[in-house]
Amino acid sequence: MTHYLFILIGAVLVNNVVLVRILGLCPFMGVSKKLETAFGMGAATTFVITLSTGASYIIDHYLLIPFGLEYLRTLSFIVTVAAIVQLTEMVIQKTSPMLHQVLGIYLPLIVTNCAVLGIPLLNVSSKSDFVDSLLFGAGSSVGFSLALILLAGIRERVDGADVPRYFKGTAIALVTGGLMSLAFMGFAGLDKYQ
Amino acid sequence: MPHKLFRFNGGVKPATHKTDSVRAPIGRAPMPERLVVPLHQNIGGKPQPCVALGDRVLKGQVIGTADHWVSAAVHAPTSGTVRAIEPQLATHPSGLPTLSVVIEADGKDEWIERRPVDYASMAPESVRELLRDAGLVGLGGAVFPSHAKLSASKKTPMEELVINGAECEPFITCDDMLMRERGEEIVRGAGIFRDLLEPKRVLIGIEDNKPEAIAAMREAVAAAGESFEVIAVPTRYPAGGAKQLISVLTGKEVPSSKRSTDMGVQCFNVATASSAYRALTFGEPLISRIVTLAGNVEQPRNWEVPLGMTIRDFIALGTPRADTNRYLMGGPMMGFELPGLDAPLIKASNCIIAASPKLFPPPPPEMPCIRCGSCARACPHELQPFELYWFSRAANFGKAQEYHLFDCIECGCCAFVCPSHIPLVQYFRYAKGEIWGRERDKKAAESARARFEFRNERDEREKAEKAERLARAAAAKAADNPLASATAAPTAASPAATPAPAAAVTAAAAAAPTSPAVPGEAPAATGEASEAERARKAMIAAAVERARAQREAAAAARPHDAATSPEQ
Amino acid sequence: MMIYAILIMALGAVVLGASLGFAAVKFRVEGDPLTDKIDAILPQTQCGQCGYPGCKPYAAAIAKGEADINLCPPGGADGVQKLAELLGREAKPLDAEEKPKQTALIDEQRCIGCTLCIQACPVDAIVGAAKQLHTVVDPLCTGCELCLKPCPVECIAMNPVGESLDNWKWKPPVFTLQRQA
Repeated sequence: MTHYLFILIGAVLVNNVVLVRILGLCPFMGVSKKLETAFGMGAATTFVITLSTGASYIIDHYLLIPFGLEYLRTLSFIVTVAAIVQLTEMVIQKTSPMLHQVLGIYLPLIVTNCAVLGIPLLNVSSKSDFVDSLLFGAGSSVGFSLALILLAGIRERVDGADVPRYFKGTAIALVTGGLMSLAFMGFAGLDKYQ
Repeated sequence: MPHKLFRFNGGVKPATHKTDSVRAPIGRAPMPERLVVPLHQNIGGKPQPCVALGDRVLKGQVIGTADHWVSAAVHAPTSGTVRAIEPQLATHPSGLPTLSVVIEADGKDEWIERRPVDYASMAPESVRELLRDAGLVGLGGAVFPSHAKLSASKKTPMEELVINGAECEPFITCDDMLMRERGEEIVRGAGIFRDLLEPKRVLIGIEDNKPEAIAAMREAVAAAGESFEVIAVPTRYPAGGAKQLISVLTGKEVPSSKRSTDMGVQCFNVATASSAYRALTFGEPLISRIVTLAGNVEQPRNWEVPLGMTIRDFIALGTPRADTNRYLMGGPMMGFELPGLDAPLIKASNCIIAASPKLFPPPPPEMPCIRCGSCARACPHELQPFELYWFSRAANFGKAQEYHLFDCIECGCCAFVCPSHIPLVQYFRYAKGEIWGRERDKKAAESARARFEFRNERDEREKAEKAERLARAAAAKAADNPLASATAAPTAASPAATPAPAAAVTAAAAAAPTSPAVPGEAPAATGEASEAERARKAMIAAAVERARAQREAAAAARPHDAATSPEQ
Repeated sequence: MMIYAILIMALGAVVLGASLGFAAVKFRVEGDPLTDKIDAILPQTQCGQCGYPGCKPYAAAIAKGEADINLCPPGGADGVQKLAELLGREAKPLDAEEKPKQTALIDEQRCIGCTLCIQACPVDAIVGAAKQLHTVVDPLCTGCELCLKPCPVECIAMNPVGESLDNWKWKPPVFTLQRQA
């Protein structure tokens, strides 16, 4: 049981996908202007990453490895992720317009998100089993949402501050992101206790 | 029996400066020769003028009628002649003009026929109407039409009626003096409100720094044989705010989404009560009020003044000292600087303060907010002024609203305690104004959209109707004249049969009442259409000619003789 | 080995493509809520200065990507900013001069009662009848200037809307302005 807990803590805090691994910076900067949109994006990404980690695991273990096609991993993962995202968007739009209002516009953005591709690849390289992969995917995406929401909260406030003119906007957001990244370094070693 | 008191969050204790103006009794201000009575003196609708230039008006005569329910009539404060009905400097921080009636007093001070009523025998509805036509508004400064507050909620039984004599703001003593001298009027007025609202208890709240007023009111209540409770409340600004006084006396907090009647409470100012009494018992409408003249003057005192007296006439009563540089209306916490001395005293004027640099030194420069939280501790509405300030300053008004900007009563406690001397209330007023402005624009845009869509729909309909009419006419003609039908029908039917999109613009014009026929469709009809067309063109040409001649004449006339009246 | 790779990728492509195609048909949604959202931002003057016959058509054109977002002078720079935020695009400077809000006024000496301006007004803000004096209902006028051209006697003028007690706003405290300058 502690094994799973450590996977989660490691994914959310210690190896935070955005702030420590520096993956998925595009939405981290682009969709963090408002708290509401950050929540929406966080939820959408969590949903997609968890789903695509599972799918990638299955494709990897039951299709690519038996036929010795490991070199097609990246290609097939991208295709899978893109298809899953498109599919979920359509299904959500039809079945739950309310949820589509919240997640809808962010879903297509996720297709090109490197975090979504990176997490399945990391899973492969760490040789984890199915449950571990899913947990790692879920944890990482929660970490992503956490970083996004934190930054959005800070940026909403920084908007009102007396920032020097040339630092306004993305510049100060990058500085903020950097400081947050430094802060998250402080979690290093939290999952090494065993 | 000691009444159990509650407390509200925060509040401040500024120096009261109240002792100077209570030494002399209320004076009766002499009637000035010229009075400026603004028509819009209440929250809500704008009363419309009902007198004409040159009319002779009597004291108490209606000069502006209430235009709808939340509105209050305006009356002539003395007898005289209407000299002007025009925009005059408003008693408002903006310094903009507002439609006012200027009355030249004839010195006779002749009353219109006064009709005292026995309100107990009248329907509550007609009592409320009577109060509206007497121009009764809240005299504490909010000037909300009082009759509109005199209906109990249908769901919640009315429990407490609060009569507000707290008068918490520094310098102001008009309610204090009113309670000392005219306690009976207040008690009887409160009796009227009680009979209309039927509450279980009537509570009169007075700050404990006015022992004379408390004693006078207790005496008046006993003399009138009423069971009202006169309660001393701790002196702490803003104890006189309606919501604050209600919570101190009853422990009820009125949420921003509700009215106080929904909680079974209603609150009136003491001056409002006494004016209601005078309106019903003597038939005297609201044409005067008590105003404190205080601050940097030789003789600070309370005066009963006719509404419409200009500030210039009023301050002369107290002889301002030489270093007076500006005048404030209201107290130093919530008041504003008067835009000029020609502004009149209105129903909202409770106090005029002569200010000097010594009395009110200029504020120290504004420093950055250090988020110390003093403002949040001082806020009587339990808001977070530092957050509101942050978002108001960044023009992030949506967020400011999320932090309940509109619950702010602009009492000024936060700015009073701010160690960085930030003029917080100014930021909040600015943010509120911007939000209101945006809402106005949005409403205007929505109505414009609705009108535009309606117009398009109408155009479509008219086009269809016209096409149908033409088709019918053509069919009828074909039936009447079988010989001509062979030639006429195809041409006549063609515009009707093809309501082509290209013809949309011309068809819209065709729907106009002036043009019986329109180019494009006309040739199909008989020759009279083109004749009408020609006549219309000629008319327009003649008009253009006329207009040009007029313009040229005007242009020629101007350089020669600018003084004479321009073209007719 | 090559064959397997091609076969598997082809199989994956076919399966995913088929499921996407199926979903596109099965879960089709009609309507475009974006147009309404854009329309809500536009000022509804219906002036046609953007080159479209009203605010709604312009909104539809923006939603389709046919029109740029900086074509609406009555909306001003503020409106462009809001559109940019909604659509996630870069804000651009306005493609025309920004004017203060105006309303039309008919010179009663010169009006001949031709009703041409009444037909031109997109929001029915002009009242009058044939050969009768016309007048503009001020609160309804959006300041679109569409009535200026049709008037044969040039009797309509645009007047800026001045500050009055109804639209007066508290100014922001001056200190901030000085610091930002």
